[in-house]
Amino acid sequence: MFDILLLICLCLIAVSILACIYRIIKGTSMPDRVIALDTIGINLIAAIAIFSVLLHTRAFFEVILLIGILSFVGTIAFARFIERGVVIERKRDQ
Amino acid sequence: MPWLHAVILVPFLFAIIVPFLFKRLKRKVHTGWFVFFIPLFLFIYLLNFIPVIANGSTVYHTLPWIPSLGINFTAYLDGLGLIFSLLITGIGALVVLYSIYYMSKEKEALHNFYVYLLLFMGAMLGLVFSDNILVLYVFWELTSISSFLLIAYWYQRKKSRYGAQKSMLITIFGGLAMLSGFIMLSMITNTFSIREMLTKVDLIAQDTLFLPAMILILVGAFTKSAQFPFSIWLPDAMEAPTPVSAYLHSATMVKAGIYLVARFTPIFGGSFEWFWLVSGVGIVTLIYGSITAVRQTDLKALLAYSTISQLGLIMSLLGLGSATLYYGYGDDTTMYTVAITASLFHLINHSTFKGSLFMVVGIIDHETGTRDIRKLGGLMNLMPISFTLMVIGSLSMAGLPPFNGFLSKEMFFTGVLNSAELPIFGMQKVGFLFPVIAWVASVFTFIYCMILILKTFTGKYQPEKLEKKAHEAPIGMLIPPLILASLVIVMFFFPNVISKYLLVPAIMAIVPGAAEAGVEVKISAWHGFNTELFMTIGVVGLGSLLFLYLRKWYWMYRLVPEVIMLNKAYDAALEKLEPASLRFTKRYMTGFIRDYLLYIFAFILLVVGGFLIFLNGFFYDGSNNAPISVYEVVLILAIAIAALGVLFARSRLTAIISVGAVGYIVSMLFVVFRAPDLALTQLVVETVSVALFLLCFYHLPELRKEFSRVRFRATNLIISLGLGSVVTLIALSAQGNRSFEPISSYFENSYELAGAKNMVNAILVDFRGMDTLLEILVLTIAGLGVYTLIKLRITGRDKNEAE
Repeated sequence: MFDILLLICLCLIAVSILACIYRIIKGTSMPDRVIALDTIGINLIAAIAIFSVLLHTRAFFEVILLIGILSFVGTIAFARFIERGVVIERKRDQ
Repeated sequence: MPWLHAVILVPFLFAIIVPFLFKRLKRKVHTGWFVFFIPLFLFIYLLNFIPVIANGSTVYHTLPWIPSLGINFTAYLDGLGLIFSLLITGIGALVVLYSIYYMSKEKEALHNFYVYLLLFMGAMLGLVFSDNILVLYVFWELTSISSFLLIAYWYQRKKSRYGAQKSMLITIFGGLAMLSGFIMLSMITNTFSIREMLTKVDLIAQDTLFLPAMILILVGAFTKSAQFPFSIWLPDAMEAPTPVSAYLHSATMVKAGIYLVARFTPIFGGSFEWFWLVSGVGIVTLIYGSITAVRQTDLKALLAYSTISQLGLIMSLLGLGSATLYYGYGDDTTMYTVAITASLFHLINHSTFKGSLFMVVGIIDHETGTRDIRKLGGLMNLMPISFTLMVIGSLSMAGLPPFNGFLSKEMFFTGVLNSAELPIFGMQKVGFLFPVIAWVASVFTFIYCMILILKTFTGKYQPEKLEKKAHEAPIGMLIPPLILASLVIVMFFFPNVISKYLLVPAIMAIVPGAAEAGVEVKISAWHGFNTELFMTIGVVGLGSLLFLYLRKWYWMYRLVPEVIMLNKAYDAALEKLEPASLRFTKRYMTGFIRDYLLYIFAFILLVVGGFLIFLNGFFYDGSNNAPISVYEVVLILAIAIAALGVLFARSRLTAIISVGAVGYIVSMLFVVFRAPDLALTQLVVETVSVALFLLCFYHLPELRKEFSRVRFRATNLIISLGLGSVVTLIALSAQGNRSFEPISSYFENSYELAGAKNMVNAILVDFRGMDTLLEILVLTIAGLGVYTLIKLRITGRDKNEAE
């Protein structure tokens, strides 16, 4: 019963990921795409969490954390790129 | 160490000392004087062996070189080796003496010259003393190399380099062929020793490799001895200094092939193929060389072609004599061995008179500044001694009494007449050709000998055409040819001394078992009015007539089209082969990586796919397969869609994102297959590499920025589909063919063995930590490489970018 519930959750997450992918492909502006990508990351976190419950394992918690960090760093990087044109700025005095 | 080995090694050792002597005593003493004593002492030392060898015994010493492979440095001395070694050392000493007067002390790089010459001498001695065929091959190649160096001694001249390259290419080609023949022989007999091979002649004759081995060894002998059609290098080798031509290209090196044929006659002789190959090629060379010699205008070229022709004579006699081995030994053995006797006798004679002729030509060149027959003439009164020497040498070569050439020519006629009546090897039908060709060739020999004497020494003296004022050579230069010429005469009057002490033991070496048959060799200058004598008279008569009317029939030479000349063929082959191979290389070395990848993949496809198809490599067994879950299906579908997205992407950005998607879905697959560490790493690495791809993409130049699809090519499609399916098939059959239990059960004890709860990490740093170490190294190198690529730039390029 619980498993079926988890599977339903997974399906819903998959649907939301698909929706995000639609936004990425179609996306009217660059920020739209970036936010959609960020949302996919969060959805993936949720998916892996549910998956860990399904598999009865604690081994994937690091993966969850990592995706969180990566999507955060990635979003920040994209934000900087959109705002300033570069991701890592050179030192001012050079 | 046995002294026989020292004989071989002394020239090599002394070659090391020569440059020091030259540096120290450059202007005071001619370096040749030090070198002169080496061959002289060796010659005297080798003379001591004559009584031993003449008694029918042999000397054999062996030193281990690579004993585990059966390669030993052997020194084996029998009659055949003795003749050659005496020629090498004796004429070597004379040539060195001659070169002392010929080569200028001030102008020439004498240290080079004598080092090469000593190298050659040592190599040649090693060649004739070797019993081990691989050692023989080593010395054989050494003679090729030192000859190459000697021909190109005046390396500033284009023709010298051309001649050296030509002789190198041809003789090395033959040497390699010979090596493969030797290897075949040793495969048959399981030994490298010629003496041991002699005991296994029956075994060799029955083997399937008999014919290939024989042909390959003969190719080696023919190239070295300038036999038809490999003779073309010898005339071009005449660019060498004259002492070299006299030594290498008349007396010693070109006889290495003769030596080889004589040495292997007991093994291969008696067979139909050997008989015909050796005698046929020899007789063709004889007639080709003598006819071509007549048209030469350069004295050395004339002598070169005459050498070719005389070598053909010796070779054909060896071939005809090999019939002895077919018959075994009986009362009539002597009748057939006469050919072998003639060949050996002529070998010695040829070395004497040809050596002296070359030296005389060198003197003429040295004292007049030219070797061109058209410019020379009327030198008889100016250079009386050279004239005498030339007459002796030439008449001996033409085969007239009272010179040793007469004896060997008479024996040559006897040999061909005898073998023309041989009832074997199809000689009944074509045997009559041998005496006819031999006789015609002798006529031509007579003609060019007359040219040699009369066109250079008689007629009108033309001082305006000569660079120097002609005068007689210094006495030192005349001594070596004088010695050789006196030998020519002495050998005519006392031929039986040579036959008793040198020829008979050599015949024993070529025709083992002849001793039991009681072969006796008597050479006499006069044996009545027989066919041979009439043939000689005919040669003189017709030869004189043809020489007198040379102008009347010389036009016939121009009828021979240049195309069929062998030199043209060689040059054309070289000229055509280079562009052809260039074209061939350019055809497939396109410089495009896509083409090379195509070859690699196609090759894998053909080899592996061919293996699967033709050797029934495919085997599928699904019994071990795990059940397929829905997650896997979904993820695999997603990967497939993403991968197709890469292929059909319209822009590079889409392709990069699709690649990233593939990577992330793979990390999800790792999650599903319960590999958390892999999933972690995969996520990070994929992120970084996608970022790097984006970086590259961002920096693409503005010009020609293409947003186009990957172009479609049918071959690429076929190969990629084929390769994909082949790899899939291999994976499937590998999965079905798992023969052994996996060793992963051992790693399950990682907690007990390594104190680790994470098995993957325990394997990485504990069980198989060495791999990790090197992976770290790889990452370090990659990092450093990226750093240097970015930081270290060539200054010029920086400027370009600044613009």
